[in-house]
Amino acid sequence: MLYLFLFLTLIMLISAIAVIFIKNLISAVIVTTVVSLVASILFIFIAAPDVAITEASIGAALTLVIFIIAISRTKEDDES
Amino acid sequence: MRKFFSLLLLLGFVFYISSIIGTILFHEDFFHAHNVGLQITENAVKQTGSINTITSVVVLYRGFDTLGEVTVLFLAALGISLLFASGKKEKNKIEDESFILKYGSRLLYPFIILFGIYIIVHGHLSPGGGFPGGVIIATGFFIILITSDFIKFNDKLLSVIEGFAGLSFIIFGLIGLFGQDNSFLANFLSTGVPGKIISAGIIPFVYAIIGIKVASELSGAIGTFTLVKQEGSKNE
Amino acid sequence: MNSIVNHEFIIHIASFGLILIGFYIMFTQKNLIKIILGLDIAETGVNIFLVSAGYFKNHTAPIFSKAGLSAEQMTDPIPQALVLTAIVIGFGITALALSLVVKLYRETGTLDVSKIRGLKW
Repeated sequence: MLYLFLFLTLIMLISAIAVIFIKNLISAVIVTTVVSLVASILFIFIAAPDVAITEASIGAALTLVIFIIAISRTKEDDES
Repeated sequence: MRKFFSLLLLLGFVFYISSIIGTILFHEDFFHAHNVGLQITENAVKQTGSINTITSVVVLYRGFDTLGEVTVLFLAALGISLLFASGKKEKNKIEDESFILKYGSRLLYPFIILFGIYIIVHGHLSPGGGFPGGVIIATGFFIILITSDFIKFNDKLLSVIEGFAGLSFIIFGLIGLFGQDNSFLANFLSTGVPGKIISAGIIPFVYAIIGIKVASELSGAIGTFTLVKQEGSKNE
Repeated sequence: MNSIVNHEFIIHIASFGLILIGFYIMFTQKNLIKIILGLDIAETGVNIFLVSAGYFKNHTAPIFSKAGLSAEQMTDPIPQALVLTAIVIGFGITALALSLVVKLYRETGTLDVSKIRGLKW
């Protein structure tokens, strides 16, 4: 159980670091959704099921939708 | 140069904070020394009648924080509608929709809304409650909003529903204030048998009101964000 | 604590690592949407840290679903109740910030922070 925990935490930290280096904006948003989903799994390891349901439904569904709508309205890639 | 210095500053800050916090928290006797949480957990089923301790903390023991959260969400939705105030609503139409998108969403959205209502109603019996249930209902409403034509985005109706929900939350609190317990949001209904749906006093009704408020607010905010256009912008 | 590497240590590293990375993204990136992404990551890190303040080893969730559970074996319910509202408020903040970004793009035509006049970085 401890090694599964460590593995999930490493996935979360590597995805968060990868946001710095990704140029395409939609890929960066999808990687942030991965961070939110793994955080929702970590909340179950901490014995907090209420918070896990809320984080999964808000962080994975609504935040992704609103970022994609904002990106499609501005239509610019990360050039720098 | 800027990146290196900002990284150094942040690393120093994080090490300082975590060394202070590591000596206070994460000790086994912290829970028993500061035992407000322990006392709430021991007395929650007798005093409020709800099995889920977190629900009784959110609605009854910490009801003012829920009132503040409702206010902050209302301000955020108000800010979004103010920023898009000068646009006009467009029809929600996606060109060359595929068959699966159009009919799959119509098949799916009643189950999503039913699941959201189930999570709201069983807030005091199992994990969940008004907040995630309202978010799930807003998601189902959003799916049907952008893929079909038979629901129009009526923001006046949504704001009326939201206003009534907020008003009835305040009225529940004021009934407790002017009733016999003389405190805002007091539990004036009987607690009943823990484990049944109609139990735990005012918790099911207050959580249902909060769920309706969150659902209508988020639907209005996301609908404004998606469907309101302005002149001179290059959208698809 | 039995050894150095246990559950509380890993959660500690995860939450403070996310806060660090989120703030680093907010300081050094130039695209406005990436700055809002950094804000979202930092908020997730803070929520993990707050919930982990009430966790102790081998304790369970504070729900009396069976008859024989005792209150001594449960985690603290107060941080979980506060984080529940904090997550919803965080989404409201992200939505408002993104609508400001869309409005800024319509006024100036670019998303680069160093090109918008008045935001010299």
